[in-house]
Amino acid sequence: MKKLIVAALFSFLAMPGFADEFGQDDVDRWTAQFEQVAAEGRRLWTSPEIGTNGVACAQCHPNAANTHPETYPKFQKQLGRVIQLWEMFNWCLRNPLEGEELAADDPRMIAMLAYVHKERRGVKLDPGKH
Amino acid sequence: MTALINSRRNFLKTSVSGVIAGMLPVSLVRLSSAAGGEPDFTFAYISDAHIQHIRGSQFVRNWDRGLIRAVAEANLLEPKPDFVVFGGDLAQLGTKAELDHGAEILSGLDYKSHIVMGEHDYYLDLGKYWSDLYGDHYYSWDHKGVHFITLNSILTYDDWTFNRWESDERRMNEMAGLDNPNGSPFMVGETQMKWLRDDLRKVDKDTPIVVFSHSPLQKIYKGWNFWTEEAEDIQALLKPFDTVNVIYGHVHQIQYNQIENIAFTSVMSTAWPWPYPESYAQADSHLPILTVPMNRADPFNERDATGWQFMNLHTGRVDLEFNLYNNSNRTVAFNAAKGHPEDVSFTDPGNRKPSQRHY
Repeated sequence: MKKLIVAALFSFLAMPGFADEFGQDDVDRWTAQFEQVAAEGRRLWTSPEIGTNGVACAQCHPNAANTHPETYPKFQKQLGRVIQLWEMFNWCLRNPLEGEELAADDPRMIAMLAYVHKERRGVKLDPGKH
Repeated sequence: MTALINSRRNFLKTSVSGVIAGMLPVSLVRLSSAAGGEPDFTFAYISDAHIQHIRGSQFVRNWDRGLIRAVAEANLLEPKPDFVVFGGDLAQLGTKAELDHGAEILSGLDYKSHIVMGEHDYYLDLGKYWSDLYGDHYYSWDHKGVHFITLNSILTYDDWTFNRWESDERRMNEMAGLDNPNGSPFMVGETQMKWLRDDLRKVDKDTPIVVFSHSPLQKIYKGWNFWTEEAEDIQALLKPFDTVNVIYGHVHQIQYNQIENIAFTSVMSTAWPWPYPESYAQADSHLPILTVPMNRADPFNERDATGWQFMNLHTGRVDLEFNLYNNSNRTVAFNAAKGHPEDVSFTDPGNRKPSQRHY
């Protein structure tokens, strides 16, 4: 009986996908997934299709500059409350782009957030900064 | 400087409506006259309107409003400027609809105007329709003892312009994206360099020179074409002259610099502001250390960090008033003692505002 349990335990450990084990292949695959989504975000950021008047996010924010993702959540004085970055994206979609808001978990919103954060990589988190 | 402040005060007093004048975002350039006793004079500078066609009779209202306001306000200036310069990028994608709509708005100016070519005006049809409206792409003229030169500084390598793209629209779109890695560095090109050399040969060394270009004739950040490929060669051609001023658009932000005898000053866009290159974390930029940045823009105010300029030319140098639509105006004047342009209010680091910090 004891032998059986030990054998079962070993077979369990040997199963692929044990929670905290991953190799370089996994890292490469996950990174590629991120890069693919960020690339889609870059495409949307520079494309007129996300609004209705031909204006693109990149027209005012080349390389997503001046978006300060590392400072969110922060108090947005014009809205009078602490917000997340995606709420600012929606402000821009509604106003300069004359378009529709996106849900926070809309794949297009996720893609643009991925792109903006990628362009800001290496900058230390500084929530609330102005 | 006192004269500039006085003239602005008089302007505010005597303009048709004090309320409107108080809101004026004028960048006025004042050029000091040559030592020969030529009178000071002023001119206005409007730039980077980026009139953008949506469809049918619709244009992006936001950009339209910026240019309409600049024209209306420039017409209120007192004293009257001798002329107005438009610094390039009248259109967004170079179409006849955009150039016509922009030209219609600019035609409301009460003054003679000189127009500079921008890349957004050029890369659809290589400036053909723009020429129908405004003529030569580069030219020079003399006014009250000052030699003015307008360059077309947004050309690039022939291979990029003529061989790379399957359509004119594709070429325009590729150059229109400021941060597009498929773009190409701005140039004046060999033909124009030769023209410039010949043009300058006829000018006395003590004649003040003012050069208008769309791109900076200095190298600030290549990734966004805040850059002209032959900047050093052009500076070398201008070096023998006592007093040279270069005024450029394209960057949609306040920049100024001094390289030997040449004072550089940018102008604002009437459409939208651009970030300073230093705020792109993945790149190095070479923003002139003299520059005190414009305020960081409030995205909720669509005219914030846009405007136009009023310039005063005296003793061969340009003093420039940035007329900012939704900020306090800024004055960048030539400091003769220091030998470079400087902001009259914010040069002392102790006077700067948190909103002038960019990151």
